[in-house]
Amino acid sequence: MPAVSKGDGMRGLAVFISDIRNCKSKEAEIKRINKELANIRSKFKGDKALDGYSKKKYVCKLLFIFLLGHDIDFGHMEAVNLLSSNRYTEKQIGYLFISVLVNSNSELIRLINNAIKNDLASRNPTFMGLALHCIANVGSREMAEAFAGEVPKILVAGDTMDSVKQSAALCLLRLYRTSPDLVPMGDWTSRVVHLLNDQHLGVVTAATSLITTLAQKNPEEFKTSVSLAVSRLSRIVTSASTDLQDYTYYFVPAPWLSVKLLRLLQCYPPPEDPAVRGRLTECLETILNKAQEPPKSKKVQHSNAKNAVLFEAISLIIHHDSEPNLLVRACNQLGQFLQHRETNLRYLALESMCTLASSEFSHEAVKTHIDTVINALKTERDVSVRQRAVDLLYAMCDRSNAQQIVAEMLSYLETADYSIREEIVLKVAILAEKYAVDYAWYVDTILNLIRIAGDYVSEEVWYRVIQIVINRDDVQGYAAKTVFEALQAPACHENLVKVGGYILGEFGNLIAGDPRSSPLVQFNLLHSKFHLCSVPTRALLLSTYIKFVNLFPEVKTTIQDVLRSDSQLKNADVELQQRAVEYLRLSTVASTDILATVLEEMPPFPERESSILAKLKKKKGPSTVTDLEDTKRERSVDVNGGPEPAPASTSAAVGPLPAFAFPNNPCISAGGFEFVCKNNGVLFENQLLQIGLKSEFRQNLGRMFIFYGNKTSTQFLNFTPTLICPDDLQSHILGPSPHRHITKPVDPTVDGGAQVQQVVNIECVSDFTEAPVLNIQFRYGGTFQNVSVQLPITLNKFFQPTEMSSQDFFQRWKQLSNPQQEVQNIFKAKHPMDTEITKAKIIGFGSALLEEVDPNPANFVGAGIIHTKTTQIGCLLRLEPNLQAQMYRLTLRTSKETVSQRLCELLSQQF
Amino acid sequence: GVLEGPGTECAIRFILIQNRAGKTRLAKWYMQFDDDEKQKLIEEVHAVVTVRDAKHTNFVEFRNFKIIYRRYAGLYFCICVDVNDNNLAYLEAIHNFVEVLNEYFHNVCELDLVFNFYKVYTVVDEMFLAGEIRETSQTKVLKQLLMLQSLE
Repeated sequence: MPAVSKGDGMRGLAVFISDIRNCKSKEAEIKRINKELANIRSKFKGDKALDGYSKKKYVCKLLFIFLLGHDIDFGHMEAVNLLSSNRYTEKQIGYLFISVLVNSNSELIRLINNAIKNDLASRNPTFMGLALHCIANVGSREMAEAFAGEVPKILVAGDTMDSVKQSAALCLLRLYRTSPDLVPMGDWTSRVVHLLNDQHLGVVTAATSLITTLAQKNPEEFKTSVSLAVSRLSRIVTSASTDLQDYTYYFVPAPWLSVKLLRLLQCYPPPEDPAVRGRLTECLETILNKAQEPPKSKKVQHSNAKNAVLFEAISLIIHHDSEPNLLVRACNQLGQFLQHRETNLRYLALESMCTLASSEFSHEAVKTHIDTVINALKTERDVSVRQRAVDLLYAMCDRSNAQQIVAEMLSYLETADYSIREEIVLKVAILAEKYAVDYAWYVDTILNLIRIAGDYVSEEVWYRVIQIVINRDDVQGYAAKTVFEALQAPACHENLVKVGGYILGEFGNLIAGDPRSSPLVQFNLLHSKFHLCSVPTRALLLSTYIKFVNLFPEVKTTIQDVLRSDSQLKNADVELQQRAVEYLRLSTVASTDILATVLEEMPPFPERESSILAKLKKKKGPSTVTDLEDTKRERSVDVNGGPEPAPASTSAAVGPLPAFAFPNNPCISAGGFEFVCKNNGVLFENQLLQIGLKSEFRQNLGRMFIFYGNKTSTQFLNFTPTLICPDDLQSHILGPSPHRHITKPVDPTVDGGAQVQQVVNIECVSDFTEAPVLNIQFRYGGTFQNVSVQLPITLNKFFQPTEMSSQDFFQRWKQLSNPQQEVQNIFKAKHPMDTEITKAKIIGFGSALLEEVDPNPANFVGAGIIHTKTTQIGCLLRLEPNLQAQMYRLTLRTSKETVSQRLCELLSQQF
Repeated sequence: GVLEGPGTECAIRFILIQNRAGKTRLAKWYMQFDDDEKQKLIEEVHAVVTVRDAKHTNFVEFRNFKIIYRRYAGLYFCICVDVNDNNLAYLEAIHNFVEVLNEYFHNVCELDLVFNFYKVYTVVDEMFLAGEIRETSQTKVLKQLLMLQSLE
């Protein structure tokens, strides 16, 4: 086969490239380039018309200069001229220049499109190929407008050459990705699916990518691709290694096409047709069997190609999650790879096993590999492999092995790479909570976390340990003793001071009987840390001190002395000063009784959704909620959305609300009805951005704090959140003056890992149904991002509870008997019918919950007033559960029809 | 919106060939990036890939993507794909591409890629298009390349 010689065809270009390579300095290079640019410019401007060859040569030189990193501001027209040449080499350079250099808004686009059009119509397969590649490479909207109709025709035309079909398929894919609206489905779609049967495997390879993308967006239209893909796959995997000739790679038949077909099948559930399903199972078994056969070659290419297909087959098996036999076989195969000498295979096996761990069929099989995985954590040299081992331990964790896994993770944490410490801390915290049988173990684990990696313990983690200690009285004494002992260390982490301060402030009395931890000893211990701490921690400690005043009257004067000192009363920080002044005053003016009431032990935190999920899981077994989903929810709902522990009844100064959960968290929520009964939480999350909310409402006014968190390590640029509000809506809920909109603009640059905050003031002018949309635009990594989410501002936010007696309730109920005033909905329960949860939801909805009003104690009734600027609307509600039928009947009566309707709609979604 | 989720974008985001000193020998982009961003990506890829040794995997997590790479003498061939794309398939796609270059340029060396940069783009387009694998048969690709060569 003849080789290509250096720069053949264009001697001038080769000479120029040599010159540049011989330049001894950057300056010399720039000088040489400038000389060349001047030369080319004069040639282009010269009187003599250039021949095609020269034009090609100069355009190619310009391209080379551009690729070296220099700006090029001329030559575009000459490049466009080359497109209409009849010589392949000239046309090729023209198209290359355009693909690399011409951006989509260029004025030349019309000329370029014209040239492409001619080439597409030329019936010359080489020219058609060049034109299609250019469209695929540029993929601009203008090109989509011009060619989205033509390309499908070329793709399915009977007389199109195979190589052109390949290009057309992927060209169409590019246009569909850029401008799906311009690529309407049509007669061509069914013919595209049949390309899976094409004789030419290159055509099938290209078409499979196109079909996969189309099927993801339009699963119904492309359903027939399933059986075709299965039969194509079956023909490949059962073929002898020589059958496919050109498409056999190191004795593996068509590995890339097999992978693509297996990915296409992952767009769909298992085939319904038993024959197709049987054939697919056979294919997957064959692939698993081949993995056990002796290799046909010792070359790594052979095993890589074979294993590429194997891993994709395993992905499909996991995706279907329906064949226990295949899942267990897949797990055994991966188990062998865990000890393979190739690092790549060990890495991929750990990664793939992670998803297997969440299937009920293979969870137990995955668990048998625990020792190998722990060993990987200790011995792997590549940090990314160790990280996969951590992920897998997390995924395989359950009650039976939690203690062992948490212990191993803690010990790994001592030496873990800084880049993954925070993630490990969160994982340990979640596992410790989730599988804590013994809460003393949980408290020990979290304190260990703080000791080993205090800097990486985020606020959610230490908030959570406090919430749990407060909610479980069996662990409070132990927690107080343990934090007291931990605080003895001369250099302990500030997070430990926070946890210790809070817990001793609440439960220090439980250990005060021991002279070694008497009130004064406790106080002195905490106060010895005070001056080394940051302002928020000091604020927290001041609250602990005032709590001590209540718990231990014997240290009152000592504490008053401390509060009275100049460093407190005249502290430059306003929060600290205010606390010192208020607490000192409180300790002097309040009677013991009042003090005891004000500084009473914190009430238990409400149990959150995660415990409901856990209950659901206990009831229905692990099949309904897999571990992975469960923990994902916990990450977002539980760790983030919980109430922040406020040390006392003063302004809560301890930290901001939702910070980050894990990186790579999938998008969980986007508005909907999730926020109807709650005001705080994560509104939106994807791989890049997290949006948290904290809002408060009073009568017809509200204020919403929006927190935007950049989850990546890269800056977001031009970050612009806009509130889009239809006019009539604005008049309904935002009030007339525009400044009521978003009050504080946000900085257009959000640093990696940073969080910015924005405030929206809201006024409910009259009742409404629609909510405004929050649109966020920004640039990330050179790409433009656009996110829209509905802000959860619903009518019930302006609901104020009203208490009333049974008699009053039914009297008003009767007064509102006009048919327009009542709206009723009968619906099936979507959540377990738990009385306490239902009560909490009705209260969260904003209504008062009226006890002993309804003659039937199983029913719930509520009352309240919707406040708008113009009027107040009284509302009564009644919810009648039918446990046997798992149904509810909800009745709303208000003086306004639209209000009854909207409230009924909102509340019905909650049960 | 172009929110990156699995499957909604092309598989391959870019292909880079760099030497050990960080000089780019090929950059093929399948996503819109501005020039500054491209330069930044080139530098970042070089930084993460060159510190790894033979005991490491051929895969590196990279922003929200991953880089599949293989080193041939002084050249790093890197493909950036979605996190849930098939690692080994792209690792061998690199090798398949290198074997084609080797055949086409008869024992390819770094200088061939420098002097024939415009031909390398043609080879890439034959084998990868729109961020997807277009053709995998070395015989078919080489036949087509020789046919085009004859048109010069």
